[in-house]
Amino acid sequence: MNQDLLVEVLKRAAQRGATAADGYLVEETRFGASVRMGEIENISHSREQRLALRVFAGRASAAASTSDLSRESLERVVDEATALARITGEDPHAGLPDPSVLVERVPDLDLEDGGEDLSPEEKIEIARRTEAAALESDPRITNSEGAEYSNRHARYAYATSHGFVHGYATTSFGISVAPIASRNGEMQRDYWYSTSRKRARLEDPAAVGRTAAARALRRLGARKMKTVEVPVVFDPDTAASLVRSIAGAASGPSLYRRASFLLDRRGTKIASPAVTIVDDPLIPAALGSRPFDGEGLATRRSVLVEEGVLESYLLDTYSARKLGLESTHHAGRDGSGVSVSTSNLMLLPGKATPRELIGSVKNGFYVTELIGFGVNGVTGDYSRGAVGLWIENGELAYPVEEVTVAGNLLEMLAAIDGVGDDLVLRDRTVSPTLRIGRMVVAGT
Amino acid sequence: MTELARTRPETFFSDRFSVTSGLMERVLGGSLIGKVDDADIYLEYRINEELVLEEGIVKKASRHVSQGAGVRAQAGTRTGYAHTDEISIKNLEEAARQARAIADRSGASGTLALPSRGRPHDLYTLAEQPIAADLARKLDLLRRIDAETRAADPRVKQVIASMASEEVVMLIATASGWTVGDVRPLTRLNVTAIAEEGGKREIGSYGGGGRVTFDFFSEEGRWRRFASEAARQAVLKLGAVAAPAGSMTVVFGPGWPGILLHEAIGHGLEGDFNRKGTSAFAGRMGQKVASELVTVVDDGTIPNRRGSLNVDDEGTPTGRTVLIENGILTGYMQDRLNARLMGMKPTGNGRRESYAYAPMPRMTNTFMLAGQDDPADILRSVKHGLYAVTFGGGQVDITNGKFVFSASEAYLVEDGRVTAPVKGATLIGNGPEALTHVSRVGRDLQLDEGVGTCGKDGQSVPVGVGLPTIRIDGITVGGTAV
Repeated sequence: MNQDLLVEVLKRAAQRGATAADGYLVEETRFGASVRMGEIENISHSREQRLALRVFAGRASAAASTSDLSRESLERVVDEATALARITGEDPHAGLPDPSVLVERVPDLDLEDGGEDLSPEEKIEIARRTEAAALESDPRITNSEGAEYSNRHARYAYATSHGFVHGYATTSFGISVAPIASRNGEMQRDYWYSTSRKRARLEDPAAVGRTAAARALRRLGARKMKTVEVPVVFDPDTAASLVRSIAGAASGPSLYRRASFLLDRRGTKIASPAVTIVDDPLIPAALGSRPFDGEGLATRRSVLVEEGVLESYLLDTYSARKLGLESTHHAGRDGSGVSVSTSNLMLLPGKATPRELIGSVKNGFYVTELIGFGVNGVTGDYSRGAVGLWIENGELAYPVEEVTVAGNLLEMLAAIDGVGDDLVLRDRTVSPTLRIGRMVVAGT
Repeated sequence: MTELARTRPETFFSDRFSVTSGLMERVLGGSLIGKVDDADIYLEYRINEELVLEEGIVKKASRHVSQGAGVRAQAGTRTGYAHTDEISIKNLEEAARQARAIADRSGASGTLALPSRGRPHDLYTLAEQPIAADLARKLDLLRRIDAETRAADPRVKQVIASMASEEVVMLIATASGWTVGDVRPLTRLNVTAIAEEGGKREIGSYGGGGRVTFDFFSEEGRWRRFASEAARQAVLKLGAVAAPAGSMTVVFGPGWPGILLHEAIGHGLEGDFNRKGTSAFAGRMGQKVASELVTVVDDGTIPNRRGSLNVDDEGTPTGRTVLIENGILTGYMQDRLNARLMGMKPTGNGRRESYAYAPMPRMTNTFMLAGQDDPADILRSVKHGLYAVTFGGGQVDITNGKFVFSASEAYLVEDGRVTAPVKGATLIGNGPEALTHVSRVGRDLQLDEGVGTCGKDGQSVPVGVGLPTIRIDGITVGGTAV
């Protein structure tokens, strides 16, 4: 990886009058192969790179990036960014983190698969096996949106004008499939996937295919419901979306804009005591792990919510200064600039099995998919389209669709009265099954 | 930068990267001809600029350049796609070899698809490209918007004003020697206001734009309207009551509520899902899927609109496709691949987010034609229901047809009168069924202000929507008031 390129760009920025600067370089290669109804559908290869630069002229700042790493283009990027910074005006909170807080020893988190890459034919074969397992699992699986195998290799480097230069590399692998079940003219699609930093840790393609098929099949015969207020159980995937909403409201930019339902709630109870949420960037080989944050700060495990109490916000250097706090080392970085992002964000498991949580509901709704964007991060008002299974006398009775679930996130979090024991770190943000005491399910 | 204004794409790529039409033809001919059904090379150079003003301070000023080339080869239903961000003949040849690997794995017909030769439109030649307009003027406008929004109401405590501008130069060369390019300006201004009163906070947002000049925002009082609308919405919501829950009559206001069409029927009428038989609309051509009051078109040829294109991302000139005529399903939106496989004509709907992606069928500007009714009469006709005038995003499950979209400004309608504003609520319906319940269509068709972005398979593209005031009898509203 060409870390020298970053250092050179920062040098030129200083020559052009920047008082401080940082730069971020990503180089990645990607491959994807998809198969539909047993036939190859798409194969794609790519190689990409991007250098992003942030410059400060005193307390004024600007950013620029380019995918063209030629000398001429990089010089232009530096010149444009420094020129931009001169006209943007002062921001008293702008600036790099203090050099004394930068990471000293970059940990090796084992984020790269050392193995040989598979041939395109082998990758196609994995996608084919994933889809075949779905298609063969039941005669009612009659169609498919296809299965895909993908892998990505990326190298990142980060440098600041203080002299910090470090880099790391990651790999990721994924398989997914979206089969369609049909019966009497009704069609239902669902999907399943597995993703990992290590190829060997991907789930068995046949198991992924069978899970996807079972998910599609259980939606056949879906009914609409009358509008009712009942207990609602969120499966781990849909529960994870609630955790993401909490993280969004706890992030620095939402808070200093006063656009968050968690404003002024640090240190107070925001959820039932059953809820503890942790962000851990240091788990070896996990998808969300990173050895330092987007500003070079050491990453560390942090507790966002402990037994219902909001313990910490999620802050980068800028939002921390705005709020009069310290960065929580949650700066994220991509080609377009610095933001706040979490790593491996987990709502910790409870003691009940999912079976017990469902069994505790006499009449209620088990949610397996949420659609739409009906979450108001400012007020916490929540209203989303939902798909799932109706619970009757503690048993999953029949599929339900074309309903919404609605409430307010603060009230929903307070009403969590059951946390499952089924936490699996299969993505960046995860949750076990959650039971919420009461919500409005709107239908006919 | 001004260097791109009035650029001819062929000249741009040959001057800058020494990639000429002749050389691209050689790459396509050398690697691909005879082994595939269709192939093309897509070159793209893009500059984005983003300015964000918060609390009167410039929070973000950034400029991003991206460039790259994608080579595609198709055989039967198969597509090979390779892209690189270094535009050079050497890389194009390598990409072509990788893309062709797919053709080697299959039995192509060996007959090249005909290119979609046709005259590109001229929909957005501008006096000045928005990206070239003076930065100091842009920042000054954002500061004035900040002041105007705060002045609109003392309860407005936070304002975020942003402007995003871009310019894309693209050139596409098809295997049969047809080369066509486009230079695409795009700009969008957005205002967000956060209002506070008695410990309650609410957010309002408004904006617009298109393939227009920077001066567009000062015409017809536009930026002042964006500012006052953002403030008005935020303040209005402070007093909103819980939204109702259950199925009811909903009157949709004109303009942006056209997102209803985008979600309820638009995606379901894209060629790919229908070829594969995975859309709830598959096999329903010629059938009644809406009330006879309903005619819906997708039109990529409206000058200066956000969703318009002179040619699509496969070089096909955009068109006007009638999707539903007087309630009858009449058309799908097609790219070249799906049109070829379905024995139909490409409709100019082959779009991609950037060179990093192969194109697929996408919408442009999708709207319902005006009817006869007076909008005020439509509201008066409702005994009990909801009047929804502004929406956030939406989503659809193509296969079962279920769609949702979220009302961000809505009111109760009681005995024909618009009464209390309600909190945001998601509306949910079934695509092939929802439009059969349209009972009134207003004469007030409006297109949206130019804010839409549509996501599909991880690719985002700018789109437009439009709607006259309409009444739908029976759609589920996801509120909390039982």
